Amino acid sequence: MKSLLHGRMGTAAGFTLGAVLLLGVAPAVLPAFNLALLGKFLCFAIVAVGIGLAWGRGGMLTLGQGVFFGLGAYIMAMHMKLADASLFGGSGVPDFMSLYGSGEVPGWWEPFRSPAVTLLAVVLVPGLVALVLGLAIFKRRVKGAYFAILSQALAAAFAVFLIGQQATTGGSNGLNGFRSFFGFDLKDPNNKLMLYMIAAIVLLLSLAAARQLMHSRLGELLVAVRDQEERVRFLGYDPATVKTVIYVVAAVLAGIAGALFVPLVGIISPADVGVIPSIAFLIGVAIGGRATLLGPVLGAVGVAAAQSSLSSTFPSFWVYFQGLLFVLVIGFMPGGLASLPALVRRRRRTPSAAATHEAAVEPAAAGAAAPSPAAPDPVSPTPAAPDPEARRKATTSEEVSR
Amino acid sequence: MRVSVTNRAFLPLAAAAMATVLAGCGSQIADPASAGSTASSGTSCVDTSGSSVKVGFINSLSGTMAISESTVFDSLTLAAEEINASGGVLGKKLEVISEDGASEPTKFAERAGKLIQQDCTAAVFGGWTSSSRKAMLPVFEANDALLFYPVQYEGLESSKNIFYTGATTNQQIIPALDYLAEQGTKSLFLVGSDYVFPRTANKIIQAYAEAKGIEVLGEEYAPLGSTEFSTIVNKVRDSKADAVFNTLNGDSNVAFFRQYKSVGLTADTMPVVSVSIAEEEVPGVGLDNVQGQLTAWDYYQTLDTPANKKFVAAFKAKFGSERVTSDPMEAAYTSLYLWKAMVEKAGSFEVDKVQAAADGVSFEAPEGMVTVNGENNHITKTPRIGKINADGLIDTVWSSPEAVEPDPFLATYDWAKDLAK
Repeated sequence: MKSLLHGRMGTAAGFTLGAVLLLGVAPAVLPAFNLALLGKFLCFAIVAVGIGLAWGRGGMLTLGQGVFFGLGAYIMAMHMKLADASLFGGSGVPDFMSLYGSGEVPGWWEPFRSPAVTLLAVVLVPGLVALVLGLAIFKRRVKGAYFAILSQALAAAFAVFLIGQQATTGGSNGLNGFRSFFGFDLKDPNNKLMLYMIAAIVLLLSLAAARQLMHSRLGELLVAVRDQEERVRFLGYDPATVKTVIYVVAAVLAGIAGALFVPLVGIISPADVGVIPSIAFLIGVAIGGRATLLGPVLGAVGVAAAQSSLSSTFPSFWVYFQGLLFVLVIGFMPGGLASLPALVRRRRRTPSAAATHEAAVEPAAAGAAAPSPAAPDPVSPTPAAPDPEARRKATTSEEVSR
Repeated sequence: MRVSVTNRAFLPLAAAAMATVLAGCGSQIADPASAGSTASSGTSCVDTSGSSVKVGFINSLSGTMAISESTVFDSLTLAAEEINASGGVLGKKLEVISEDGASEPTKFAERAGKLIQQDCTAAVFGGWTSSSRKAMLPVFEANDALLFYPVQYEGLESSKNIFYTGATTNQQIIPALDYLAEQGTKSLFLVGSDYVFPRTANKIIQAYAEAKGIEVLGEEYAPLGSTEFSTIVNKVRDSKADAVFNTLNGDSNVAFFRQYKSVGLTADTMPVVSVSIAEEEVPGVGLDNVQGQLTAWDYYQTLDTPANKKFVAAFKAKFGSERVTSDPMEAAYTSLYLWKAMVEKAGSFEVDKVQAAADGVSFEAPEGMVTVNGENNHITKTPRIGKINADGLIDTVWSSPEAVEPDPFLATYDWAKDLAK
């Protein structure tokens, strides 16, 4: 069983199972409202895949993914506002602009009338911003806490900028009230289902891409850069290039997620892209297991779902609970819930008195990993991972890449 | 390079799924006119067969707005209990489902969707900030449900799915300007938080001032939550304006008034008219800092009406004698009773019947008689200028002789023609 789970066939089986669950079972079982919620969580999961790569595999603590999420979201929202304005109003001017502004569409909105430009921009704008930032930051060898602070400051500045531009970005109201999505009526339940399906497919595709990346030469280099940046440099590689590429990938994923979020949720506001949401993206990733492929995804969906169900019952309690969970995971389980099976296995090998503890932990771990039988063996984010299996794996893929 | 099985297995799968999705997708918009008419795709799931009916309360119980919005939640709760104690609505008890908007527009939209689609509530009450209302508006319109919004706002809006029981601009801001003009104010300084309400309010004030020959000597904005006011207050002082019109929100008021006092400005030398400080906010801002300053609302706890005495007594009995009542709380309390009256007039909980019955429905509210205007879904209100007294309560210093008809688009004011295009 175990060898099957960790083999290539296992990976394929895992993706198939994931696809069946997301594309078949969920739409059949969940009522429309819950399916839309799940669609929103899947957007967060797409961001999480990118964070998993950048933070989990690359050691870049990206505290500002809200910026890229927001860029993708606002680009899509601007297009949808303009399209609605031409479809329904006839004037071509979004409603809020005539209410709060001059009633004229600013020049920098105009390109987004075109669906093609919008789709390209959703990918390219976050990508280019990340490229410029990445080169500027990593070439100067800024890392660790400085990088984290910088990325967070960026998220804060982005939100403040958006709030200040009432007439052109909707200010603190954000952009909402969309009626169509590339000509499709957003009130039609079939179209809502289609949007959910697109989000699920994009998530599966980004997982596939992330897996390929992790097992590529670049992926190996990335882990090496995370663990021993200087040594990688001495070997003749430029760590800045490696980091920048991954940072761009994470930004593009966040941008695409943002663009999907807008039609699914129907609103984007500065409160969705600032510091707090940027940190919230990270919490799910940390809890799920940042260095694994599926950990971030399951963590992001799990935390978002827990927040959605718990925060109504215990509004003020949720914030503390989330914080506590984050502290506990970072303090006692840096590998996240995905590292539980490995932890348990290690304990089992050492004949300690942890038997009772194990019994309590095992079912939880099994539950957390249930929809992800194909999770590749988690590479522990701590450099000195005493997991022989992970080490063996690393060597084999190294050989392949040579 | 290693070739993975994954891609081979996955791509056809993805293609197949994509094909299924596209084959099953719904209507495209060919004719915008017909697309508009399919609005009621969300068929109501409200269950009125039992002995109770569900209503939703949506307030920020966490986040920066929690301190204000929880008071509205309290007065809504009081109204629901009173209604249930007196037999419910159409013989059915109200079953309240409460959701937390968490001070985020996106959360408000999501939770409103839950209250409508999943909980099947007959009507929803709540919201505070303009952004929360703007976020919920399309949700209520798409699902053809009802929202009762209890806070004064910037106007320029009207939806058949929202009933606005707080003041619109001609029931708060314009009367305040009329009052100032009557007092001989010749110049004004405008201070506000940087978001939609203050910006729109100040646009109206500028237009009014121009028409009435009042000089606006300055218009300054501070970011929401900002507590740095020395620059702005110095500008205010140097302007030597007759009065200040204050549309700051929340914590900013504390810093502003403290600074205002410390540079030697007082209510006598340069009065400040505030539109966001009610009884509830006075202790937070500091009574020392705001005593004697003016406010513009439609309700004060000190109002001497039988309905208000009953409301204040009931509220204090339930939540404690140290608690105060304020304008948004009163508007929320009133909104639940107005919905009850509409439902009873319609003889049904169905949204379209309630909407049809709404026009002319009235209620003897704590602020006085209010009547729903079915054309714009706002209500008549009696504007009042108040002065903060030594107890931290607000005394009425001027009151409109009669309730004012709501005019959210200021259509009846010549000078406001360019505002609401």
